[in-house]
Amino acid sequence: MSTMSRSSSLRPARVILYLLLALFCIYYLLPLYVMVVNSLKPLSEITSGGMMSLPKQWTIAPWESAWSTAQVGVEATGLKPYFLNSIIMVVPAVALSTLVGALNGYVLTKWTFRGATILFGLLLFGCFIPFQMVLIPMARMLGLMGLAGTVPGLIFVHFVYGIGFSTLYFRNYYAAFPTELVRAAQIDGAGFFRIFWRILLPSSGPIAVVCVIWQFTNIWNDFLFGASFSDFDSQPMTVALNNLVQSSTGVKEYNVHFAGAIMAALPTLLVYIVAGRYFVRGLMAGSVKG
Amino acid sequence: MSLSETANPRGSVVDRLRDALPKLVLSPTIAIVAIFVYGFIAFTLYLSFTDSRILPSFGWVGWHNYENLFRIRAWDTAVSNLVVFGVLYITICCVLGLLLAILLDQKIRAEGFIRTIYLYPMALSFIVTGIAWKWFLDPGIGIEAVVRGWGWETFTFNWIKDRNFAIYTIVIAAVWQTSGFVMAMFLAGLRGIDSEMMKAAQIDGASTFALYRRIVIPQLRPAFMSAFVVLAHMAIKSYDLVIALTGGGPGTATEVPATFMYSYTFTRNQMGIGAASAVIMLMTIAAIIVPYLWSELREKK
Repeated sequence: MSTMSRSSSLRPARVILYLLLALFCIYYLLPLYVMVVNSLKPLSEITSGGMMSLPKQWTIAPWESAWSTAQVGVEATGLKPYFLNSIIMVVPAVALSTLVGALNGYVLTKWTFRGATILFGLLLFGCFIPFQMVLIPMARMLGLMGLAGTVPGLIFVHFVYGIGFSTLYFRNYYAAFPTELVRAAQIDGAGFFRIFWRILLPSSGPIAVVCVIWQFTNIWNDFLFGASFSDFDSQPMTVALNNLVQSSTGVKEYNVHFAGAIMAALPTLLVYIVAGRYFVRGLMAGSVKG
Repeated sequence: MSLSETANPRGSVVDRLRDALPKLVLSPTIAIVAIFVYGFIAFTLYLSFTDSRILPSFGWVGWHNYENLFRIRAWDTAVSNLVVFGVLYITICCVLGLLLAILLDQKIRAEGFIRTIYLYPMALSFIVTGIAWKWFLDPGIGIEAVVRGWGWETFTFNWIKDRNFAIYTIVIAAVWQTSGFVMAMFLAGLRGIDSEMMKAAQIDGASTFALYRRIVIPQLRPAFMSAFVVLAHMAIKSYDLVIALTGGGPGTATEVPATFMYSYTFTRNQMGIGAASAVIMLMTIAAIIVPYLWSELREKK
């Protein structure tokens, strides 16, 4: 009885609430809307003050141009080769850092030793340092390794600085995994790798997804390392996109820029839409632990 | 273990190997962190006391680079920009994030869907965000042109071209990107609050406002702490967004420490000064992160 009268008296408040929520939806979606509609209209419609309107004349020419003919830096290659660079860079870097992170998390929780927490703390601090602090020595190191200005060089850099977070994820996940199971397997004579492979790994699905998504998003979206350690032909997507937009020669083709920006955003956006739950979990685990 | 070693020397090698295996697995990571994190920090720290210009060089100059750094106008601009940006960015993100979390915590229909919309910018690269806002805020084609097109001929919004206001456009874009994330952190905090306590207060006749002010928000302290640490550390590291949105301009109006470090080290060939600026960035972040990590890791025990 009382709940009925309450809900009806709250009606106007509910309406305002939903209105506010909808308003914020518009706020967050507006830039995406701007990017999408303007990537589908001829340049003249944008420069004549029509940024907010739907295209009068729909066209996919800006997309074609951004993908294969736009001037990026000195060459008119479009963004395609750089998109491929990013894929070639991101796949091994994600796989390696996740694998090493899983093993580290396993050791740090199930084979723990004196000083493990301090070690983990030192590892974790490495996730948060401003990478400006490592740019100069890393440039030299990549030179010494013969990897300067190459995609393998970028893979290496992302692997190295990705270990911290992947270890964090697996450590916190395995900490909640019953240690008795591990001990029991040990008594049965199972060794280090066998226990990992047969007992820990089969139940690591969710955290592996979280970790892969986090690493994928971070590495795909990276700009600083890409800008510092790549050459013209090894640039990742973010760097090439920035070059496309900032290049001062000729007419600014806003529609092509928007199309390129969506291309750079699409992989991570798709992952977010398909596996948003895991993405959020990764974000939270990276900040509020436990 | 030592007994079995003496009893069975052949087994002992295997035993010892088995005992060492976990550490052996961990050792590449230890080596990597020792070299690529702490070794590199030490290297850059050392460079900040040398006369390095275009390449690292090892002539010791003491505090010279630091003294010079604080005399450079652009560094001054970068630091004060970071303060303005950091304070506004953290405050607005927290207020907006808290507001959205409270709004979403009212048993909303389609909450998951709305949350997805609020949070998606977090999946984008700062470069993409920067480009979208760069053209959206551009007076020639963006909102200024659009509103004028609607008939308000004198409408002006040219902050991005204005030296005194350009830094606020970076706040606008950065808040757009991260506020949904802060919302998610606060929402998780809200969901962890004991609902019995809320009900009791409601029965006692507390208004919704008082309920939040007195009971809910004080309990969100841990979420506030985490949000602050994450946002502060993101603010200090901001580089991509500034590059994509304003390129540090107009002039040096939106220079921040991260862009300063990059340009002094790699384009102006003042590596010693660049290294010194990186050290200051590290110290600032360490002052925030170290106590946080310390408390988080101690709680675990």
